[in-house]
Amino acid sequence: MTYIAKPKISHPGMPKNKLGLTSRDYEGAVSTLCAGCGHDSVTAAIIQAVFELGIEPHMLAKMSGIGCSSKTPAYFVSQSHGFNSVHGRMPSVTTGANAANRDLVYIGVSGDGDSLSIGVGQFVHAIRRNLNMCYVIENNGVYGLTKGQFSASADIGSKPKKGEANNQEPIDAVSTALSLGATYIARSFSGDKEQLVPLLKGALMHRGFALVDIVSPCVTFNDHEGSTKSYAHTRQFYHHVIDIDYIPPAEEIKAAYAEGEAMPIQMHDGSTIVLRKVDRDYDLTSRASAFKYLRERFNAGEITTGLLYLDESRAEMHELMGNIDTPLSRVPYERLNPGSAELKKLQGRYR
Amino acid sequence: MASVNDVVIKIATVNGTGSASANGLLMKSIFRMGIPVVGKNYFPSNIQGLPTWYEIRVTGSGYQSRSNRVDIMVAMNAQTYAKDMADVSSGGWMIYDSTWPRSQLLKRDDITIIGIPFSRLCNESFEGARARILMKNIAYVGALAALLEIDLAVIKALLEETFAAKAKLIDSNMQAIQLGYDYARANFKCPLPMHIEPMDATSKSIIMDGNTAAGLGCVYAGATVGAWYPITPSTSLMDAFRKFAAKYRVDPETGKNNYCVIQAEDELAAIGMVIGAAWNGARSFTPTSGPGISLMSEFIGYAYYAEIPTVIFDVQRTGPSTGMPTRTQQCDIMSCAYASHGDTKHVLLFPANPEECFYMAPVAFDMAERLQTPVMVLSDLDIGMNDWMVPELQWDESYVPDRGKVLSAEQLEKMDKFYRYLDVDGDGIPYRTLPGVHPKGAYFTRGSGHTKLGAYTEDAAAYQDVIDRLLVKWETARSLLPKAEIRYSKFNKAGILTVGSGDGACIEALDRLAKQDVHLNYCRVKSFPFGDEVGEFIEQHDVVYVVEQNRDAQLRTLLIIDINADQRKLVPMLHYNGMPINSGFVVDKVLEEIAKGRAA
Repeated sequence: MTYIAKPKISHPGMPKNKLGLTSRDYEGAVSTLCAGCGHDSVTAAIIQAVFELGIEPHMLAKMSGIGCSSKTPAYFVSQSHGFNSVHGRMPSVTTGANAANRDLVYIGVSGDGDSLSIGVGQFVHAIRRNLNMCYVIENNGVYGLTKGQFSASADIGSKPKKGEANNQEPIDAVSTALSLGATYIARSFSGDKEQLVPLLKGALMHRGFALVDIVSPCVTFNDHEGSTKSYAHTRQFYHHVIDIDYIPPAEEIKAAYAEGEAMPIQMHDGSTIVLRKVDRDYDLTSRASAFKYLRERFNAGEITTGLLYLDESRAEMHELMGNIDTPLSRVPYERLNPGSAELKKLQGRYR
Repeated sequence: MASVNDVVIKIATVNGTGSASANGLLMKSIFRMGIPVVGKNYFPSNIQGLPTWYEIRVTGSGYQSRSNRVDIMVAMNAQTYAKDMADVSSGGWMIYDSTWPRSQLLKRDDITIIGIPFSRLCNESFEGARARILMKNIAYVGALAALLEIDLAVIKALLEETFAAKAKLIDSNMQAIQLGYDYARANFKCPLPMHIEPMDATSKSIIMDGNTAAGLGCVYAGATVGAWYPITPSTSLMDAFRKFAAKYRVDPETGKNNYCVIQAEDELAAIGMVIGAAWNGARSFTPTSGPGISLMSEFIGYAYYAEIPTVIFDVQRTGPSTGMPTRTQQCDIMSCAYASHGDTKHVLLFPANPEECFYMAPVAFDMAERLQTPVMVLSDLDIGMNDWMVPELQWDESYVPDRGKVLSAEQLEKMDKFYRYLDVDGDGIPYRTLPGVHPKGAYFTRGSGHTKLGAYTEDAAAYQDVIDRLLVKWETARSLLPKAEIRYSKFNKAGILTVGSGDGACIEALDRLAKQDVHLNYCRVKSFPFGDEVGEFIEQHDVVYVVEQNRDAQLRTLLIIDINADQRKLVPMLHYNGMPINSGFVVDKVLEEIAKGRAA
């Protein structure tokens, strides 16, 4: 099996972004996932988000671990550097990559097995550091490549294709991230591109750790009656709390919002996120109330979606450490070497 | 026993009582009198309350290894008194705290017992339990100064430097020194027949441990990203890097850091960070020890196959498993050479002392970037955590880092298309690009099967093509790595071959054997894969004693696997009880072999 490159034919009338590129310029190889896989919809949403943001392809780094989700960076923005690492270890590689070059935009694509089982340690510690990255979890509750075992995100009572229902508590990526202090937390559904694309844009432009947990059904192993991660179940029970619109820097807010419906929030790069409050009781700046709300809706069987938490004030990893603004990998050697005279001086203390 | 500048002092104390500073003071005083010294610290994996020993070998001949003698024992720990007494070499001396009566059962007629009431003297002169305990340890330095004839002015100068800002401490420490000194002078014949006299053999040397030297070497090599998980005995390497980076790497204009040290959640993450940073063009490294290597192995295989420069310092400790974390061994040679599943093999560098830890740091980064592969520097606890006297470090201003085959934006602009894993030059090393430099440089880094063009593959021939090319690179590595140190004595057909911290003991053993008319040639390997000179050395001899510090003759096994050395010639000489190897061990083993009629 090899990846097939898509033919690059674009219609002259296709819309162009601020770099003069069309969405075709942000595509990747042809997907080898199953027909109907939720992940392919997420890939399409990522392409749209990155295209509309006008990110230079070579300034985007696509990071992943192992699993169906982790294959997807090959399917978008083929002019970006990709790093398909080992199982559950994408966060550490991204941490190191970001340490070396803070100028790139980092998107990590992971799955529920990759992030909540084998890689749960790295997932939580990347959050603690407030690593500046967009962290996507394509969450389907099962292991696909090894043919349908439950993952740690499987809900109690969710039934597999064959065998017993799951009876262990699920690990919820959103509430885990909330408890650890992630600064941008969203949940969405692969089948809701309208909601997902602005959430991804906000996550890519957020300065700090941005989690986008996406229910992305596995059509082969977890899309049947009795599964809580199927298309049908998700469509029936998912619930928008706060949707957002992403407004790029220096662009005016054009949409007409009803009085009291919308709240603009300024981001660090000069862009604006307009919160469209679907549920007026929800406060996305309070960890405590967000946690309570999410727990209550979860207990009621609902899948809460939208931008669920936002903190634009907390410093990200480099700021917390006091590192220079220049990418460390670009600092010339002359500025890194203390020289022979200093070495001589230093050794006076070792006599 | 009488001698000048050839004495071994062992000090038995309880850890957490300030004895480390007392022992450092003692060793540095002798060093400042121009006499070469060797310091070894035998400490428990514990914070406070367990027995600990410090051994100072005064060696006018300038040998680097420990001695298996104990001429003067300073027995300050009642818990270990009996064992410490048993350790004293016949004809030696034992100093103990005579404040309390010594059991009449503990007697030896062949050594001289020197009782000094350290506790009583200090209790009379100092207030507070903590001060009394600390000063008791300083007082034995005073007693030794009298017994060995150490210059009090040198001790005073050292105290003044140490406590420059705290004049009171200088006075109290000097008072404790004087207590021990005066008591010894008043009650015993000073100096002992075994004592010291000033020399001029240390003026161009320093005293430094290998972890400090390696951390400093990483600063000089231009490393900007360090990731680590604390583990004995490697922790002080990153401590040193941080300390030197804080001193030399703060941007004068902005006050911000030109470096980034990340304490990882575990070793798996530490190596992942190093790989991510190196992929992105930073010189990055991680210090660890054996258990860390086990945990990092999956990623090490990734870096080998995806061809990412990765620098690892493995400060080896005694295994297997948790083993003895505060004891030394060379037991990770095999696990590092072949770390990870699948067909993998890795470049290793073997420093023999702190000086080489410093100089090998830039070599490790140069080799990792030139060869685009993991490079592991195999130090050990003896090198890393003990204070060694080494020649003053020099920095060659003409050094330019070898960043390897990295394409610039200009080069990429001129290319039709870039392929990551093509062997353009025939040396097995492809060209690489850094993210963010140019759109044409983009490629997909993966640990899954890939073609020479960088694409995913499950095709038999395309897979094998890349795996075979890595063997070409392996041979390039062999030609580029530091050559073994080889010394020939008189014509003979037997040789000693060793690695790393075995050097000091072997060099001294060669001298001692020569005095008994046994002349051996010498080869110390500095890198793996082994250069041609190592195979030639083995071929030239009928027998080669392979001296190493592990149970399973790991170096010998590597010689057989890597260069097809004739295993019948390779006689293992294995020292693996956790203590640093000494020359007596090597001499005895060689003489045993000769007695068996094997060679020489």
